[in-house]
Amino acid sequence: MNETFALEVKNITKRFPGVLANDRVDFNLRKGEIHALLGENGAGKSTLMNVIYGLYTPDDGEIFINNQKVEIHNPHDAIHAGIGMVHQHFMLVPVFTVVENIILGSEITKRTYLDLNTASKKVKQLSHDYGLVVDPDAVVEDLPVGIQQRVEIVKALFRDAKILVLDEPTAVLTPQEVEDLFVVMRNLTERGVSIVFITHKLKEVLEIADRITVMRRGKVVGTTTPSETSEAKLAEMMVGREVLLQVEKAPAIPGDVVIKVSDLVIKDERDLVVVKDVSFDIRAGEILGVAGVQGNGQTELVETLTGLRQAESGTITINGTIMPFQNPRVMIEAGIAHIPEDRMKHGLVLPYSVADNLVLCTYYRPPFARGIERNIRSVYDNSERLIEQFDIRTPSPLVSAGTLSGGNQQKVIVARELSRENHLLIANQPTRGLDVGSIEYIHKRLIEMRDSGIAVLLVSAELDEIKSLADRIIVMYQGNIVATVDADKISRSELGLLMAGSQVANIPSLN
Amino acid sequence: MTSEQSSKSSSRNGSNHLLKRVWYSTSVPVFAVLLALLIGAIILLVSGADPLQAYAALIKGSFGNTEALSRTLQKTTPLIFSGLAVAFAFKAGLFNIGAQGQLLFGAIVAAVLGFGIHGLPAVLHASLALLGGAFAGALFGAIPGALKTYTGAHEVITTIMLNYIAINITDYLADGPWKDMTPGNIVARTPKILDTARIPSVAGLPLGFLIALIFSVVTWWLLRKTTIGFEIRTVGLNPNAAKYAGIKVAKTIILTMVLSGLLAGIGGAIETQGVVGRYQPGFNTGLGFDGITIALLGKTNPIGVIPAALIVGAMKAGSSQMQFSAGVAKEITDVIQALILFFVAADMIVRWLLRIRAAEEEKVTLSTGWGQQ
Repeated sequence: MNETFALEVKNITKRFPGVLANDRVDFNLRKGEIHALLGENGAGKSTLMNVIYGLYTPDDGEIFINNQKVEIHNPHDAIHAGIGMVHQHFMLVPVFTVVENIILGSEITKRTYLDLNTASKKVKQLSHDYGLVVDPDAVVEDLPVGIQQRVEIVKALFRDAKILVLDEPTAVLTPQEVEDLFVVMRNLTERGVSIVFITHKLKEVLEIADRITVMRRGKVVGTTTPSETSEAKLAEMMVGREVLLQVEKAPAIPGDVVIKVSDLVIKDERDLVVVKDVSFDIRAGEILGVAGVQGNGQTELVETLTGLRQAESGTITINGTIMPFQNPRVMIEAGIAHIPEDRMKHGLVLPYSVADNLVLCTYYRPPFARGIERNIRSVYDNSERLIEQFDIRTPSPLVSAGTLSGGNQQKVIVARELSRENHLLIANQPTRGLDVGSIEYIHKRLIEMRDSGIAVLLVSAELDEIKSLADRIIVMYQGNIVATVDADKISRSELGLLMAGSQVANIPSLN
Repeated sequence: MTSEQSSKSSSRNGSNHLLKRVWYSTSVPVFAVLLALLIGAIILLVSGADPLQAYAALIKGSFGNTEALSRTLQKTTPLIFSGLAVAFAFKAGLFNIGAQGQLLFGAIVAAVLGFGIHGLPAVLHASLALLGGAFAGALFGAIPGALKTYTGAHEVITTIMLNYIAINITDYLADGPWKDMTPGNIVARTPKILDTARIPSVAGLPLGFLIALIFSVVTWWLLRKTTIGFEIRTVGLNPNAAKYAGIKVAKTIILTMVLSGLLAGIGGAIETQGVVGRYQPGFNTGLGFDGITIALLGKTNPIGVIPAALIVGAMKAGSSQMQFSAGVAKEITDVIQALILFFVAADMIVRWLLRIRAAEEEKVTLSTGWGQQ
């Protein structure tokens, strides 16, 4: 073949102790195309990209840029070869301005002084050329996530990147921000930039990609195009078996009210009221979905319900008892299970073993402790039981939780929370950043909990998730509940309108 | 990684897993000491001395005979305690630089109870003085803990400042209200403690050293085997997850500092009751600060603190012999100790020199972010 590829890798093999992360991987990227790299967590996508970006040295294989063989030993070589990478976790200095962040590492100087003016002009020019609107003088920490991501992209373009690697770029974005990103991506390809789009979200791949390469267990399973494939086919390629994309559930059989929330008013760290007079209740055996674009008070609401945050006024009643604020242990003992939004921050102690993480909330109780002395044996036995029962893929209960894949880390949290005696389950973005297989698994568990007579509060920014799991939905917008509807009485697009701030009066089916 | 592959590899390596862990956690400290000795030897060479002769004298002076050994154990005892104090606080993510001040309070309170109370039987009197010292250290450790919890003041700053407060208060007490009024004494020091308050040596083995060993084991047990230790370590590794799990973070931080101060206080008390025999300003200088070196050299493991303290204690015990028979200034041991601290703290240097892979272990947070709660 004499086609010129912007980027081509041949036979890349990368071994980690005990794991073949990339097994003779071939991959190519045409000029000006968006090539999606799809695969579950741990399939080897990030390893491959880190090899290309010079963060890992492959054990074998070759890299070609414009059909020229190149040696990439470090990110500097990669940048020099015109490769730019936007990591899933942004590499920005929060207190620096946009332009300061962009020039960091390739500063423009005038007689040893930083020349911010010239840099600022160049950033503006780039923004204009590629349709990436960003204020060079804004401080990064004040910007929404979507704009921060844009800064990362401009940063790569500033270094003359012709090949852009986007690692899970949509994981942190709202639906609207995802749309904006796609517009930006199309703009970029029209101007000759080639994009590798790493993701595990099937819908997005079908929407944006020109070609799709699927990886599984370190190997390339195949390459296809959106017109030749479907969500179901892609899911099967990723997981290696058929996957249920649609959740199957019977109608809910609601019982007594488990939790009653009355007139809750909550302030955030900046002393702004972020939850305004919110009231709702959840019955045993039903799933209440909280829909809303991130940042409309859901996080603070969940934190208050789980005892992590003080409320200004209002009450939380569980099984008829008014609960105190800011006492997580009382909430846990009252039978609240909590799958937190940020599993790294709240859900796990990463250096701890899987076994210890599985008793993070119950370590002080029998049988895990007698008096102050821990019963390590029963902690271990408990972990073996839960690892089996919840299908947690770990080499041993004693390895640290930080070594597990994201999906398995989430399973550790789910196992811990669901294995207690519960009345209420609060799940905040339970499938964020997870692969298809894990999402299917978590969804099944949530339905199981509901069917066993537990009240479930599900907060999610994923419309499909809310739509398919919840029995009733409340929509939060700017701290208010703007609508309470039965899940089967509202369409996906109507839900989207409500989330974006439309009035109920404007939605025909609700009137 | 895929689970099948990783589980295969783990069973293959299962047998030498423990060995590997021990190697991972001891290799850096061991090589740090060896490197420090090597550079010390170069310094000795440059200054015209014979390093082999000097080190031989150092070893002879610290382990050469029963008397030397006994001296080494005596020097080691307070170091174990200050090392434990610092290591213990590290586990909750706290950098207790105030072990020195806590130790001074322990030392002076043990002294005042030792000379001020009469008519108690020996075991009771000695225990009382020891408990008093422990209590004083704990109380002085509680201050930075409370300041951190209630005002957000960083413990590194407050403990440094509290060290000065401790030094000056104890100086004042030893030169004022609790001064030794024996005719002819012009030195700032307390009276000698009664024999009943002393912690003696039995057949050359200082009992204080035995107490230190017991406390090392107890500290290890507390951290590893109890719910309190679990709470402390959780707060140290991830305060957000600790809060989520219903652990009272503020309470845990104060408790950690109290126990850390308690350990340092006991170290001071044993120094008074077992070695000095009174409180005298200047006699305990540096013991608390050495605790930082020792805690890091011992990888903040309460058992690891014992050999670490022994190394530093031996250098202190043998340095006079070295000066005497090799004609080398005893300060060279301070240089070596500083080099050890340097290589342990900057363990990347050692790892790089020796190509040691970073161990998968509970990492020590040297100090959580400034102003961060």
